[in-house]
Amino acid sequence: MEATIAPQHDEHATTTGLDHRKMLMWTFLGSDCLFFGSLIATYLIYRGQSIQGPFPYEVFDIPYTSVSAFVLLMSSLTMVLALSAIQRGDQRNFRIWVIATAVLGSVFLGGQVYEFTLFVSEGLTVKTNLFGTTFFVLTGFHGVHVTIGVFMLLSLVGASFAGKVKQHQSINVELIGLYWHFVDIVWIVIFTVVYLVEAPAIEAAKAAVGH
Amino acid sequence: MATGTRTGGILARPTSMEGVWGWVTTVDAKRIGMMYITTSILFFLWGGIQALVVRTQLSYPGAEFVSPDTYNSMFTMHALTMIFLAIMPMSVGFFNLIVPLQIGARDVAFPRMNALSYWVYLFGGLLLSMGWLFGEAASSGWFAYAPLTESAYAADRGMDFYVLGLLVLGVSSMAGAFNFIVTIINLRAPGLTWFKLPVFVWMTFITSILLVTAFPVITVALIELMFDRYLGANFFVAAQGGDPLLWQHLFWVFGHPEVYILILPAMGIVSEVLPTFARKPLFGYPVIVFSGIIIGVMGWMVWSHHMFTVGLGTVAVGVFTVTTMLIAVPTGVKVFSWMATMWKGSIALTTANLYAIGFIALFVIGGLSGVSHSMSSSDFQQQDTYYVVAHIHYVLFGGSIMALFSGLYYWFPKFTGRMMNERYGKIQFFLLFIGMNIAFGPMHWVGMDGMPRRIYTYTSNMGWDFWNMVSTLGAFLLGFSILLLLHNLVRSFKKGEIADADPWDGRTLEWSIPSPVPHYNFARIPNVVSRDDWWARKYVTGEDGVTHPIPQGGAYAENEEDVDVHSIHLPDPSYWPLVTAIGLALMGGGVVFHLAISIVGALIMLVGIYGWAFEPVNEPDEEHEEHEEQVIN
Repeated sequence: MEATIAPQHDEHATTTGLDHRKMLMWTFLGSDCLFFGSLIATYLIYRGQSIQGPFPYEVFDIPYTSVSAFVLLMSSLTMVLALSAIQRGDQRNFRIWVIATAVLGSVFLGGQVYEFTLFVSEGLTVKTNLFGTTFFVLTGFHGVHVTIGVFMLLSLVGASFAGKVKQHQSINVELIGLYWHFVDIVWIVIFTVVYLVEAPAIEAAKAAVGH
Repeated sequence: MATGTRTGGILARPTSMEGVWGWVTTVDAKRIGMMYITTSILFFLWGGIQALVVRTQLSYPGAEFVSPDTYNSMFTMHALTMIFLAIMPMSVGFFNLIVPLQIGARDVAFPRMNALSYWVYLFGGLLLSMGWLFGEAASSGWFAYAPLTESAYAADRGMDFYVLGLLVLGVSSMAGAFNFIVTIINLRAPGLTWFKLPVFVWMTFITSILLVTAFPVITVALIELMFDRYLGANFFVAAQGGDPLLWQHLFWVFGHPEVYILILPAMGIVSEVLPTFARKPLFGYPVIVFSGIIIGVMGWMVWSHHMFTVGLGTVAVGVFTVTTMLIAVPTGVKVFSWMATMWKGSIALTTANLYAIGFIALFVIGGLSGVSHSMSSSDFQQQDTYYVVAHIHYVLFGGSIMALFSGLYYWFPKFTGRMMNERYGKIQFFLLFIGMNIAFGPMHWVGMDGMPRRIYTYTSNMGWDFWNMVSTLGAFLLGFSILLLLHNLVRSFKKGEIADADPWDGRTLEWSIPSPVPHYNFARIPNVVSRDDWWARKYVTGEDGVTHPIPQGGAYAENEEDVDVHSIHLPDPSYWPLVTAIGLALMGGGVVFHLAISIVGALIMLVGIYGWAFEPVNEPDEEHEEHEEQVIN
């Protein structure tokens, strides 16, 4: 009989047994897919439509961006290690891995800022052509997502030092982790459809210079 | 511990639910729902005044009642006000009031986020409308086709209010929708499985999914336009290769699901009202639910029917013609199910039911004119004429608004404890019904006769004079009936007849609890056994098909007096949703006025978010200690 009457006090009882916030995060990420989907669609529709340069093959440095993509991917690993540490109640390792994640994220952001600066110095701005417009807005909004993620990680570090992240609250870490992995996955897509697809054009341009 | 955690935030968490501050800091879905509905009615009046200005200008040929620029702003802001500030939020108001009660919950999953949705809606609505104060209200039509909305062609700040207002409002809609998705999945009473859910809850769920998937698309379109206008980007600049079609596609990929966002809640409301007053279960419940799901999916496959005449090519036009015709099928299935629900029922013609029946009649007219322009060859003739204006008003006024008013009459006693005046209500209904048909019916004629929409004025040799005058008179009759509705609402709120818990002999859980609803909703969470559970507790249908009341039926056995309602833990009020919403609105408004305001807004929002994330609960005990919600997201 106990099982059929909802207990008065148990605020955590949910119909599916899943935490509200986790479901919220998944729904949000689903929605965010549409956000990035629309930005990526815009980029792809305008790909190759720029009337004047600089064109992608003139500015992209794929090895450089590959390194920063690798850095961002590794931050997903450290995020997993952080979550695993807090689930074991290991505060020390938890802090180390969260800080490591935030640092890797910041390195990625630094790389992006450097890349943007370089492109601007080569004459590519948001005003120059369709490539500049779509490239800066798409990768810029991804950068904003990473920045928000870094802020959340740093808040987590602060909360941890204030003793506010306990083992039984590891769900908070898990939520930020979900967000972080999502932002990583989006970068994999962007890296592919924005950078890697230009590899043949870059080769061709090099070959042309070689002749 | 007790005082230590209370000051854990920047401000002590408020405790009082009395007075103005009790409303400002409330996180109770019922209060938020009432604020939503009240605010949306005010915006509805504002949108109605704009409509009357438009109708007055069109009442006779060569009129110069307002200037052409003001006229453009009037019809643009009329559409924006009605869609984003009246119909959508009134639906969300009903989500707030009804969904927790129909699923047997004490509140929504994220009460503070719910309050945030309301405040952001209020401020976003003010930001969108603010252009009027500067004589710079948006004048582009609600679809704001780029590149005509680029700075080169729309130099004043009208478009800036449009872009920023809609971006801010999008946050509100999406936060609300996330909340209801999680609430419906996760807070259903024991035994309330998916196919026992009331149809209104189902439609809320589908609408919410459409909201969280459609709004990101318009957000991207608005951001792109904003970058073009503020930073000189080239998204829609033809000289740089930018494509005007991109805006149209993004806008209508959002815009068509938006149409279903406006109508599905209305369908949910009539699916509750009709069975109650026919005293029969809803005919074809699973079919209605699946039709709703199919509409939700197919709503994504028809957007280009708004663009038949832009030259997409025969294949695209052909495909969208077929999908548009197909989406009429699930809608038609619903209409037949509603009619079959009433068939052989003992129908009580209350005002709520009259509105629901009126909904069916008018929505069918609007639906049929919709099918007539799903045919692309015919649409070439109708595109941008008053025929389309007639169509959208039959589905949005005859559909959405009629159903929402039905909901007002139906659920008013549940939340105020007083009945709305029926005699008055019926007079008001018939005036509205007649006025609505006189106002919008003739638009079919003049539209077929070639009168373009959004036209400032016309000459008298076109043969449109008579029906335009009729239309305007109908609009004023309609306006008068709305004033009567307001009068009825206010009067009934003050001195209406006292309502008991179950005045309509209802079918769903909300009628099992007292009117007005206590702040904890259910003293005990009910155990649900069947669809229309409350009805099943009151009546039994024998094998002879005759329905008998169950002796001493009705009450939930576990819902007796023995519950100590003071022990029910409910979320405490909070300042942070308001603070966060103010910050967000300033951030958006600052983009239009001065970036310094944006920066201040961003800081306020940051304070709001951190205050929110680390806000303690007021009644610390062992069980709730871990309930310090962390909502950085």
